[in-house]
Amino acid sequence: MQLDAKIPAGPIQDKWDRHRQEMKLVNPANKRKYRVIVVGTGLAGGSAAASLGELGYHVDCFCFQDSPRRAHSIAAQGGINAAKNYPNDGDSIWRLFYDTVKGGDFRAREANVYRLAQVSNDIIDQCVAQGVPFAREYGGLLDNRSFGGAQVSRTFYARGQTGQQLLLGAYQALARQIHAKTVTMHPRTELLDVVVHEGRARGIVVRDLVTGKISSHAADAVVLATGGYSNVFFLSTNAKGCNVTATWRAHRRGAGFANPCFTQIHPTGIPPSGDHVSKTTLMSESLRNDGRVWVPKKPGDKRAAAQIPESERDYYLERRYPSFGNLVPRDVASRAAKERCDSGHGVGPGGRGVFLDFQDAIKRLGRDTIAARYGNLFDMYHHIVDVDPYQAPMVIYPAPHYTMGGLWVDYNLMSTIPGLHVIGEANFSDHGANRLGASALMQGLADGYFVLPYTIGDYLARAGNSDVKADHAAFQAVEREVGERIKKLLGVGGKRSPDSFHQELGRLMWDKCGMGRTAEGLNEALARIPALREEFWRDVAVPGTGDTLNQTLEKAGRVADFLEFAETMCLDALERAESCGGHFREEYQTKEGEALRRDDEFCYGAVWEFRGVGERPALHKEPLTFENVHLSTRSYK
Amino acid sequence: MRFTLKVWRQAGPDAPGAMQSYEVDGITPETSFLEMIDLLNERLIAEGKDPIAFEHDCREGICGMCSMVIDGVPHSPERAVTTCQVHMRSFRDGDEIHVEPFRARAFPVLRDLVVDRGALDRIIEAGGYVSVKTGGTPDANLIPVAHADAERAMDAASCIGCGACVAACPNASAMLFTAAKVAHLAHLPQGQVERAQRVRAMVEQMDAEGFGNCTNHYECMAACPKEIDVEFIALMNRDYLKASLAADDA
Repeated sequence: MQLDAKIPAGPIQDKWDRHRQEMKLVNPANKRKYRVIVVGTGLAGGSAAASLGELGYHVDCFCFQDSPRRAHSIAAQGGINAAKNYPNDGDSIWRLFYDTVKGGDFRAREANVYRLAQVSNDIIDQCVAQGVPFAREYGGLLDNRSFGGAQVSRTFYARGQTGQQLLLGAYQALARQIHAKTVTMHPRTELLDVVVHEGRARGIVVRDLVTGKISSHAADAVVLATGGYSNVFFLSTNAKGCNVTATWRAHRRGAGFANPCFTQIHPTGIPPSGDHVSKTTLMSESLRNDGRVWVPKKPGDKRAAAQIPESERDYYLERRYPSFGNLVPRDVASRAAKERCDSGHGVGPGGRGVFLDFQDAIKRLGRDTIAARYGNLFDMYHHIVDVDPYQAPMVIYPAPHYTMGGLWVDYNLMSTIPGLHVIGEANFSDHGANRLGASALMQGLADGYFVLPYTIGDYLARAGNSDVKADHAAFQAVEREVGERIKKLLGVGGKRSPDSFHQELGRLMWDKCGMGRTAEGLNEALARIPALREEFWRDVAVPGTGDTLNQTLEKAGRVADFLEFAETMCLDALERAESCGGHFREEYQTKEGEALRRDDEFCYGAVWEFRGVGERPALHKEPLTFENVHLSTRSYK
Repeated sequence: MRFTLKVWRQAGPDAPGAMQSYEVDGITPETSFLEMIDLLNERLIAEGKDPIAFEHDCREGICGMCSMVIDGVPHSPERAVTTCQVHMRSFRDGDEIHVEPFRARAFPVLRDLVVDRGALDRIIEAGGYVSVKTGGTPDANLIPVAHADAERAMDAASCIGCGACVAACPNASAMLFTAAKVAHLAHLPQGQVERAQRVRAMVEQMDAEGFGNCTNHYECMAACPKEIDVEFIALMNRDYLKASLAADDA
């Protein structure tokens, strides 16, 4: 496997401009002769499919949901970053770039991050032109707020529903292209494999989730925008349908998987109340702007929050990190919560929770202001927990939320399989070992609106049309494999549901490869995962048939892929003997309990090459060089 | 807690359906409605039976996947929530609960509680957007938008496209859904250029999909998990009338 990041030469400020000037173009009249497949319709996939359709390419777009508008980007609450500097508080493209590289704990590629910061402003312009109803000030101009990990206010938002509004913008642009027939939409259709022939991605094999029909789709380029793999933990803030299947299947066909151990555990999830809980709900990070995080000073203190006097409260984030306080980045906040709970100060169910308290903010700003800022989040919390956060503090605990790892891509967002592009959360490129709040929406839309539409043209102009059509033997062979796998799943005839395996895997991953990781725990997980996988294929129960809508069958296929992927994730965590960002190896920490990065040995992207199920994948390294933001210890003190 | 569930079971789009009865027991009050069905489905799978097909995804009330009618009310008798946000503490121990799919001619049942809501997508495709291409847009702060207009646009834009309005309406009308998108864009300067043709195209598509008309029952607003205001229907009707009276090329 060759890793050539194809980073353009020259000063970082000029790389993207120069690269665009050097790209080959596809003549407008020739664009319709190229067919592009886009899988996934979240912010990245939706915006890419719409933009490619507008350019004149013939696009086939796929999603497993019943409508492209339901992709999980819809659930993002807080906001989207851009370097507009409207508040006049010292922001710039450079500062957004700097914050993102530092926030990612120096494990992202500088050139990609700089480009992300550069196009961030275009995204806001684009969304406003589409009619995205961002929050505004009384003078009619756009409002901004601050978000974790930054000391400027650069976050644009639409109440607590920013992801929804941005996705509806992209969805509407996509709907316009569907109407114009440049995009053919295939909802309720799931990718089950990628077809690679003679070293080039040729298309995909999918299953119609209503009729069960397996079919092949050929194209000149394939784009995966299929999101992250947080659901490997079973409980996460992701939608129930989010899965690793598309990226894992591409990995099996030769795409390198980079930094799978880089997962983000979000500090403000609602802690699960019991075994019945099927997902964790996120409370937006924006709440930390006005909420103060604390635990009782006395371990095991069971009193209600209101009964605990001020002098007996430990506002541990303000104590440990006076300059950022409650606004430290997510990885730091999550780890600090875990530390307090591990040392017996936790509150709520099983002592796995900390208070997020708004009493001071309500006193200072009034209930109405707090309601205007966070009303829908407070209502949501009230509904789920049956406690009114205007009266009593929320109880929160970290929850898996986002995955920085993903398929390796070069500067052009192309994987190690020529023709296979990967955008949004599904790739690994921009967030390093930790993502800052309000940066996922930014990256998804940057990739889809402003990066991929350029780079894919360059690829198509150089590679030309693919001569492998959907009836080619290469497709027939993959279709056969897909059909056999479905038959196998239906034929096991065991006793355990796919969900029960998923739950068991999730608990194992959370314990051994969650917020704190040790070589011992990871080795234990690596021993148990193959056994669980073996049990799955011996004892899974999938009732029904393959030729109807069969949700258990869908779930079983996804869990089977998680059971393979989890092993690579643990291996990556074991191999990376350092702590950085969301990856905390307990053996590597400072005396104060902060992450101890080991730049001499681990300043690289770890890219895994598939060698067979249960076989140790091959490790390749993309060295990371920092020419603009100098490697330093992250400090938020 | 213990419940008797009467659930609509239908093997496929053309198969006959019927209510089937299930007993569930040992449910804690914190369990969500969908988690209760998860538990029932786990039991059915263990017994080798077909689990109940139902739509869900985000389970936090924003994706719009939920499509159940509980005790005759889309989503649930509770106000302003999607089914996924309903918890069993809202019911009484021993309750008999009826669960059906959203029903409308334009929403054919695919299986059990799963319906096809593609008609709503086609209404948006007909014109529910501002026709701007990617790139070349002016600075976001070039056109100020009055705070009140932006807020009203956001009120309308918070529609999650679940279709509960259709399922609640005695006429199976999609007026509230369609009006929400019309009003969202009508409240913003960016939406003015295509305002007339947008409303015409969307209303025509809505009619073509077989949705009924509005006769002012307001059941849609009562069922809407996002409490979208029926005032938007009035706005759409005004806009539609104006657009119809204007010249065809307006």
